[in-house]
Amino acid sequence: MNMSSETNFLGSEHSPSAAVSVHDLTVAYHRKPVLWDVDLDIPAGKLVAIVGPNGAGKSTLIKAVMDLVPKASGLISIYGKPFRKQRHRVAYVPQRESVDWDFPIDAIGVVTMGRYRKVGWCRPIRTLDKKLAMEALKRVGMEEYAHRQISQLSGGQQQRVFLARALVQDAEIYFMDEPFASVDAATERAIVQVLRDLRSLGKTVIVVHHDLQTVTEYFDHVIMLNMRVVAHGMVQDVFTNENLRKTYGGRLTLLDEAAGLLARQSSKA
Amino acid sequence: MFPTAEQIWGVLVLEEYNTRVVILGVMALGVAAGLVGTFLLLRKRALTADALSHATLPGITVAFMVMVALGMQGKSMFGLMIGAFVFGCIGVLLILGIRRTTKLKDDAAIGIVLSVLFGLGLCLLRLATEMPSGNAAGLNGFIFGKAASMVASDTKVIAIVALCTGIIVTVLRKELTALCFDENFGAVQGWPILRLDIVLMTLVAIVTVIALQSVGLVLAVAMLIVPAASARYWCTKIGSLLVASAIIGCLGGWLGGVVSALVPKMPTGPVIVLVCGGWFIFSFIFGPVNGIVARQWRIWRLNRRIEMQHILRAMYEVSSENPFCKFNSILCCRSWSQTQVKRLLSRLIRQKYVTKEKEGWVLTDAGMQKATHVVRNHRLWEAYLINYADIAPNHVDRDADMIEHVLGTSMVEKLEALLGSDNLPPSPHPLEVTS
Repeated sequence: MNMSSETNFLGSEHSPSAAVSVHDLTVAYHRKPVLWDVDLDIPAGKLVAIVGPNGAGKSTLIKAVMDLVPKASGLISIYGKPFRKQRHRVAYVPQRESVDWDFPIDAIGVVTMGRYRKVGWCRPIRTLDKKLAMEALKRVGMEEYAHRQISQLSGGQQQRVFLARALVQDAEIYFMDEPFASVDAATERAIVQVLRDLRSLGKTVIVVHHDLQTVTEYFDHVIMLNMRVVAHGMVQDVFTNENLRKTYGGRLTLLDEAAGLLARQSSKA
Repeated sequence: MFPTAEQIWGVLVLEEYNTRVVILGVMALGVAAGLVGTFLLLRKRALTADALSHATLPGITVAFMVMVALGMQGKSMFGLMIGAFVFGCIGVLLILGIRRTTKLKDDAAIGIVLSVLFGLGLCLLRLATEMPSGNAAGLNGFIFGKAASMVASDTKVIAIVALCTGIIVTVLRKELTALCFDENFGAVQGWPILRLDIVLMTLVAIVTVIALQSVGLVLAVAMLIVPAASARYWCTKIGSLLVASAIIGCLGGWLGGVVSALVPKMPTGPVIVLVCGGWFIFSFIFGPVNGIVARQWRIWRLNRRIEMQHILRAMYEVSSENPFCKFNSILCCRSWSQTQVKRLLSRLIRQKYVTKEKEGWVLTDAGMQKATHVVRNHRLWEAYLINYADIAPNHVDRDADMIEHVLGTSMVEKLEALLGSDNLPPSPHPLEVTS
């Protein structure tokens, strides 16, 4: 199939080679906007970090791309088509704290969930799915723990199980929400290795990242976010002190005021 | 006063028709509630189900009034059940609505809906009894349940519903698991999370409705929660959890039904709930998965192993200078009390790791081997932490003390391979390599 003949429903200004295109995205929680007019083209086959202070809307951005939070406005496309038509090409690693790790399931059970959609409605898990799940666990160095209850795993091991669940989906775009948050050194190395393997397979990985010190080492691209996109591009080009100061330093008075005004207006209405 | 053996036998084998109807009905109810309750609990909606069951009271009375007003038989069970179901669902929707549109949290929303709808139900019940036609006298039986009023057709309905919920839960097991464990992940994969949630809450509403007659709306939620909660003390996988929960619910229904049939004037519903509650307490204490006894036993065993490894390491270090260890030099190795050291030494003697000579305590061959092994594991771990884990070396010893006891043999083998046995960290005492 000829890629260039595919119609890009965002129009020509967005590059057709982009894995993810975000156009004019605004998201508001409880009347207060958390993302303003975000415009992005994320190139395919790269490791992309999203950095920014707490409350900058990093998680919200990836959740909005995956239709998990309602958008106030904006268009999202995955390889030129809306997300709901492309969800089979997307895998998601949520924040570790987002689930109850006392859930009665073992590590391989969680990883098998990555296959649920391919198995389809009302059908039981097949041996093939179990085998693929086991292979994914191997890739993150967790095969020994396959039948361990997830409550008995350490934080880093739980994170690797989550990663394996995304790997088993065999997607093209991976969204990961703070996979490096409070993990041990072994897990960090395992995750980095997986990221590099994915890149060499031509996959796109978009990671919400907290640790500014490792951005240059781990990632190709960086999106610097603080309610709006401060900078976006190759790490060596945009990951500068100037941009970091713009992203993290000081309150963005104008934007905050505008947000407050909007919140007051809509609460009156 | 006490039932005779003949009476007991008669009830156990369900000889009498009425008892048979009631007991089979509550057993089927126990199965359905156990299955649905497992997912209800995993979805953390137990209290929502409580509000749902209280919300059925206005539904029952409204259905009664409507049927009387239409000139129908007021106590048609089917009509009452429909009313109960509809109002139960309204209750759940109200909770969701309050949570979405206000800043109130779940507990407040549930409290408001539960109490207000139950209050409304009580008032409507009063109005219903004042109605000139129709006989509302039996309606308050739904509040605390009145199993004796069950007839064969009720039991049939309960059995069919139990069968259907069993099938639905089995068929949708994977989908419901995804919903309960990680709804966001499920949504990204493309499962219709909202619709699955509706299916689950509808199942809960149906089970509540069929529980009204026997257990009553105040206690109906117990049938959903208690068997599922006690099953968690016995099983760790969803599949076995479902089976265990269904069995517990079923047996609870059976035993509760039997007891209430044998003891005069004992209400069936509360007795069933008490039986399940008793089983919960038993599970909570003796269950192999996180029961109190099992947990204490594990802690005790771990502490014991840690103590043993400490004393063996101390003996190893002391005896490297002089094989006859003085009590005081062992005592100085760690911060432990004299009685503790004495107790540990006598345990080592019992296990034939140590003998007591005139000059002091001596490690036997077996004891030496064991101690060497412990020390070696400890050093390997220290080396791992220093070389690989970026931990300040002066913190390593305390860390190693804690973690080495958690390590299994497979991890130790990995560490050995990682370091190579000739690459062990320098130590004041050369290590003997165990085979």
